[in-house]
Amino acid sequence: MAATVKYDEVETGLQIPPADYPVRRANLVMYAGASGDFNPIHWNERFAKTVGLPDVIAHGMFTMAQGGRFVTDWAGDPGAVVDYGVRFSSMVVVPDDEQGAVITVSGIIEEKLEDKRVVVALTARSNDSRVLSKARAVVQLS
Amino acid sequence: MALNRDFIGRASAPSSPYEVSRVKIKEFAAAIGDDNPIYRDREAAQAAGHPDVIAPPTFPIVFSLAGGTILADPELGLNFAMVVHGEQRFEYRRPIHAGDELVSVSTVTDIRNVGRNELITVKSEVSTVDGEPVCTTYNTIVERGGAG
Repeated sequence: MAATVKYDEVETGLQIPPADYPVRRANLVMYAGASGDFNPIHWNERFAKTVGLPDVIAHGMFTMAQGGRFVTDWAGDPGAVVDYGVRFSSMVVVPDDEQGAVITVSGIIEEKLEDKRVVVALTARSNDSRVLSKARAVVQLS
Repeated sequence: MALNRDFIGRASAPSSPYEVSRVKIKEFAAAIGDDNPIYRDREAAQAAGHPDVIAPPTFPIVFSLAGGTILADPELGLNFAMVVHGEQRFEYRRPIHAGDELVSVSTVTDIRNVGRNELITVKSEVSTVDGEPVCTTYNTIVERGGAG
């Protein structure tokens, strides 16, 4: 477990540059298969609309995974993440077209803890809505 | 329909062991669009100090929904068609790696209503078959309109 980021080189308030993660219907089909979550609201527009949704929506866990990827790409080693939690505050609606949707994730070092750990606060947005809230990862730095 | 509050505190039997494979980790990493070599290449993982390829942070969702056996109990009254994910958290004691054999024990820790929705939280303790704690997951799902 060796993060490439050094604790002593990180200050509270440091911003991690935002990253865009595209989501198309094919990604949701792949995620359904890999995760075992075959709820049709994530791939069947007809079904999604019958239960009152505007269209197919991304798995919350797909969105959470993009936040995780943002943190692990920054930290250098995915094994350095010791705690990760989110609230799903809005849906990521994924239209059936070439563009799909985009999840934009940014982060800020919210707090430096003991034992060379830091709290990263994440912001994730899609279609002008905040799709994750209370998104925090604790990362073990070097 | 309101969820049956008698389920608060109910625990599942330990799940049957889930064997973490390199192939499944690679499939999951591909599905989330993450090309990190630590999820695919054993040498890259070992260079970072891991015994084998490790799993992405959200991977435990694949097997820790053993709470599903509780959630699927008709006595609970959960309408899956109206379910969306509310909150999720993972506390990791160490990364999960290929070759792990993991067992989950899930407990319903809370059922509450917020507005017209019903929320249920399931905590799962994940450990190896030898009893080594690996991670704890907290999963809150929302039944839309469940509180009528």
